[in-house]
Amino acid sequence: MFDYLRYIRERNFPHIWCSGCGDGIVLKALIRAVDKLGISRDEMVMVSGIGCSSRTPGYVDINTLHTTHGRAIPFATGVKLANPKLHVIVVTGDGDATAIGGNHYIHAARRNIDLTVLLYNNYIYGMTGGQVSPTTPRGKRASTAPFGNQEPAFNISDLAEAAGASFVARGDVYHAQKLEKLIVKAVQKKGFSVVEILSPCPTAYGRRNRMAHPVKMMEWLRDQTVPVAKWERLSPEEREGKVRTGIIVDVDKVEYTETNDKLIESLKADK
Amino acid sequence: MKKKRADNICMMQGNQACARGAMMAGCRFFAGYPITPSSEIAENLALSMPAVGGRFIQMEDEIGAMGAVIGASLTGLKSMTATSGPGFSLKQENIGYAAMAEVPCVVVNVQRGGPSTGMPTFPAQMDVQQARWGSHGDRGVIALSASSAQETFEQTIRAFNLSEKYMMPVILLVDEVVAHSTEKVVLPDPGGIELFNRKQPTESPGEYLPYRETDDGIPVLARFGTGYRYNVTGLCHDETGFPTNNPEKIEKLIRRLTDKIERHRKDITHCHKIMLEDADVAIFAYGSVARSARRAVFLCREAGIKAGLIEPTVLWPFPSDEVLETAEGVKAFVVAEMNLGQMAREVELASKCRVEVHRLNRVDGRLITPQQVVEKVREAL
Amino acid sequence: MAEEQSAAKKPAVIRVKLEWCKGCEICVAFCPRNVLEMEGGKVKVARPEDCTRCMLCELRCPDFAITVE
Repeated sequence: MFDYLRYIRERNFPHIWCSGCGDGIVLKALIRAVDKLGISRDEMVMVSGIGCSSRTPGYVDINTLHTTHGRAIPFATGVKLANPKLHVIVVTGDGDATAIGGNHYIHAARRNIDLTVLLYNNYIYGMTGGQVSPTTPRGKRASTAPFGNQEPAFNISDLAEAAGASFVARGDVYHAQKLEKLIVKAVQKKGFSVVEILSPCPTAYGRRNRMAHPVKMMEWLRDQTVPVAKWERLSPEEREGKVRTGIIVDVDKVEYTETNDKLIESLKADK
Repeated sequence: MKKKRADNICMMQGNQACARGAMMAGCRFFAGYPITPSSEIAENLALSMPAVGGRFIQMEDEIGAMGAVIGASLTGLKSMTATSGPGFSLKQENIGYAAMAEVPCVVVNVQRGGPSTGMPTFPAQMDVQQARWGSHGDRGVIALSASSAQETFEQTIRAFNLSEKYMMPVILLVDEVVAHSTEKVVLPDPGGIELFNRKQPTESPGEYLPYRETDDGIPVLARFGTGYRYNVTGLCHDETGFPTNNPEKIEKLIRRLTDKIERHRKDITHCHKIMLEDADVAIFAYGSVARSARRAVFLCREAGIKAGLIEPTVLWPFPSDEVLETAEGVKAFVVAEMNLGQMAREVELASKCRVEVHRLNRVDGRLITPQQVVEKVREAL
Repeated sequence: MAEEQSAAKKPAVIRVKLEWCKGCEICVAFCPRNVLEMEGGKVKVARPEDCTRCMLCELRCPDFAITVE
């Protein structure tokens, strides 16, 4: 048994997430990762935006900052740059980070600032009632795409890679232990790290797309995800409809706050 | 030994004076985005901030800059951003966040003509009401004004002090003329500047509540990373900092956000008053227009017209008491401003219709001249 | 070593915090030994003696409602 109670703000439970929502599973993986990392809770700051996933900070007993829609990354940038000793974890969703906050997402990756972004992808706007998001697959239904989504979806991991992130991984809540390991690696990485986490929303996405039961959604995650190593061996036809999971990018690059620290040191030395 | 010619006297433009004031106020974090006519503030701070261990970052947009400023402030650094009209519009949501979460920070708005892209290189005072009501929701606002480089320097320091004291964003409104006019500034001895730093909790982390009821209605927010783990949110929250739907707690919070300013009005508001004692006409002006108004007062007096000037250096909270008091002694008000009467309306309200309020407005990107003010005063009599 | 073995033989203690359980059924569906059942919209520990402590139910419970000792 893992003692989650040590890390949670029990007074705020039961949490607000719907039955079968994956976000609680991510929170548990995150707590186990934090425990494994052994970082002092006083030195951790969790920053979130708006949406279902962004309600996570209310449940974790660390410094928590629940900000405005799409702006978690800029707030986190301020926290981190002002005090680089703090470990800053951003919790955000597909709408929050890649629609309204898309600009911040790519620029933080470009800057390679040492933030860990846990990007919960549920393919939909859950909290507002199931509107289409930048990751809703083409053809899938949403309350604002009643005839099926007409737009292609973002691949948000590829987006982070292209923009310059040091670490990009994709996990899912069916494979919860693997997810925990990815989060550990992401936090340890110096630089901008993203873990895209496939977290089902049976209420807003499942119901509209023939996966109303939470178990159906978990099975879907089990069946559509393919580990990176296996993915490499698949033909383009075999990859159709599948999603690769695991570590996608892991490179060492110059980190932003370190660069800024060096500038400050050099100017002090000049005096 | 004869004292060396004072090196505390320098020539600088308003934007430089603002940057210098920020540094002397202890500002150690700036996030911004380029926009005319405010960019020199960012440029000056990019140069001077790292040398004192402070942080400067140019963000990807105005919204991000405002967010970064709030995040940095929560770690305890005095933080600031500077912008102009369109950027000020973009920052509004996060300014409201800082008001709701009670995070101190300074937002400088160098006003240019609007609406929209308007006149990037010409002055205006069209954002005065936006500073009050630009972000949605009820809350108290502090917005300062400055009419010279010297005053911009001083008001920047005051903006930091007020934000740290009242735990909220404080807006400094200047205009393009003040920002870009190079003139004499006398810098005070750094040791002689009175600085206010936000309170920190004295109780243990176990007993700490970030939004606990205090005697002065102002919360004590611990710096992130100092062992006081709490939650900050833009949602309606209770004393713990967690969201609440409890109507009593919500009502208490929203009222407090306004009351904390109202009950400290006397400490916050300030007006320059020139020759008002025996005045028949009171000119109400602020920012660069106040300079024309000052000249106009003397031109009027020379011509035998008893004019006086009330020049608020704090626009919000509006100096209602001072305006009413002035209204009781004069026959008319002339409100001169580079907009279509944004403050004239406030003067009418505050003077309770005791005297007629004459408006002198200019929105063509050019300064209101002393002669125009004099003419308006003649009309008012 | 001997102690560990005897500990392993003890039946697992599976606790459910019913007031937190939202009845998503994930634990029931993916239990490899069919230990759990649904009852009245919430999970019920039906066959604890069959539990192998694989911990999958605890790992995947989104509601922090089920623990295995």
